Amino acid sequence: MPSSVMPMSRKGEDGPPPAAISAVGLRKSFGDKTVLDGIDLHIPTGSVFALLGPNGAGKTTAVKILSTLITADAGELRVGGHDVATDPQAVRAAIGVTGQFSAVDGLITGEENMLLMADLQHLPRQEGRRMAAELLERFDLTDAAKKPASTYSGGMKRRLDLAMTLVGDPRIIFLDEPTTGLDPRSRHNMWQIIRELLADGVTVFLTTQYLEEADELADRIAVLNNGKIAAEGSAEELKRLIPGGHVRLRFTDPAVYHTAVAALREANRDDDALALRIPSDATQRELRSLLDWLDAAGIEADELSVHTPDLDDVFFALTGGTDKHKETAR
Amino acid sequence: MSALSLVVRDSNTMLRRNLLHARRYPSLTLNLLLTPVMMLLLFVYIFGDVMSAGIGGGADRSEYIAYIVPGILMLTIGSTVIGAAVSVSTDMSEGIIARFRTMAIHRGSVLIGHVVGSVLQVLISLVIVGGVAAAIGFRSTDATALEWLAAFGLLALFALALTWIAVGMGLASPNAEAASNMAMPLILLPLISSAFIPADTMPGWFQPIAEYQPFTPAIETLRGLLLGTEIGHNGWLAVAWCVGLSALGYFWSKSLFERDPK
Repeated sequence: MPSSVMPMSRKGEDGPPPAAISAVGLRKSFGDKTVLDGIDLHIPTGSVFALLGPNGAGKTTAVKILSTLITADAGELRVGGHDVATDPQAVRAAIGVTGQFSAVDGLITGEENMLLMADLQHLPRQEGRRMAAELLERFDLTDAAKKPASTYSGGMKRRLDLAMTLVGDPRIIFLDEPTTGLDPRSRHNMWQIIRELLADGVTVFLTTQYLEEADELADRIAVLNNGKIAAEGSAEELKRLIPGGHVRLRFTDPAVYHTAVAALREANRDDDALALRIPSDATQRELRSLLDWLDAAGIEADELSVHTPDLDDVFFALTGGTDKHKETAR
Repeated sequence: MSALSLVVRDSNTMLRRNLLHARRYPSLTLNLLLTPVMMLLLFVYIFGDVMSAGIGGGADRSEYIAYIVPGILMLTIGSTVIGAAVSVSTDMSEGIIARFRTMAIHRGSVLIGHVVGSVLQVLISLVIVGGVAAAIGFRSTDATALEWLAAFGLLALFALALTWIAVGMGLASPNAEAASNMAMPLILLPLISSAFIPADTMPGWFQPIAEYQPFTPAIETLRGLLLGTEIGHNGWLAVAWCVGLSALGYFWSKSLFERDPK
């Protein structure tokens, strides 16, 4: 789109709200390895967007480019209404970034880290002190404020990291794997913090390899695989992309297994595991009729489990991960 | 905020950060300070008699002390800036630098903070080494106030030049060990200059090596200012080296820092 058209479309009253982050045809290679192969993103102001993908999918590269840390090879990128390539300094003034690797100064204390940020945001001294104290309090770091950041636990470092990001009150925040390596309690704390940001109307661009996290937090999720967006939508929309649930029957006796195979012709077989997968919505009614039918046929499985589709299924279906759902479907 | 006040403000913030590091963790600076002090004591008290005779001095070593102190002061600069190379290299591996790069601050302030911090550390080291030299009997001969001022100016300018080079070395190195190795010439060069013995007493083939390097003209100039020896063309040569090395180090560092980080 020619850039001269942009102001026109913004003035249009019925047009979509201006995007906090948008990318068209984002490309990046390192040497002959293509990491991002033409990505389009449109993230509305005030929403949470999750970029989901396995290790090495290019999530961090996308964040680094959109946060002006490294340059793209191609693509029209706008963040906070500013062109990333031509006006990176304006983009920087609008964003806050919490990277995957702790971006705190370990040699100085938590409080000194906060005051350093306040100075670099050019806040007046008083206001900087007030903001630092407030954020340390909010992130439960007041007790540790006078200790060197290198002595902090993983969860504390991550909280300090995010607190530092918030000093300038950025309206767009990039969080690159904010909970990787955190224990469950710290992870839930971090989620709570992210929800509070949303309540303030901040736009959040999140990367994660945890589906649960994307499901919990994000308005929209894009699955990144091999440098391309494999699917995009809300968690519900993504779950609809894959076939429904199933009931899995597992046997220990090969003879019983083969009887069951003969009786249940529509089931998917997994001969290695001596297991059968029967497509089912797993409603109470359907389960009862299935059990009745198994009884009538004289089949007794050693293990019965019910699977409803979750984002894991979507993830594995889209990213070609087959280890978890190995099946001989024939 | 105007561009200039942004540079000053952000660089000042970065300087305070570096000075805080240096104050909390003084061991690197102190280790580096040990080298020139040891050299001074070694050459004066262990090798001093022979050295003193070699330059035609008397049996008391005072003439040799006078001879080597300017060289030791320049060597102090060389050894202290190795710390700048190491700390820049360490700093670049930290996540906080990535954060700085995504903030709307003056881009060069990170490096300027390191450079000014390092020059200040060098000046403090010079005061300490100068104090040790004075304690073992170093006295300047009839240096005027103007000559003292010029001597300080030269030391500061030389410190600035070597610091920019060291910062470039720190940026070019993948880790602290590599930075420290790469910066080794900064402390080896004064050993093959006129710091300990006059260049014209060296083997003929070696003299050009001693002569055409930054330390010799700087040391000769400092000697002239503090001890009244002949300065000649060394003054201009020393200033030219300082300006040249500063410019080289500055542009080298700038281009290294502006590359996409890994």
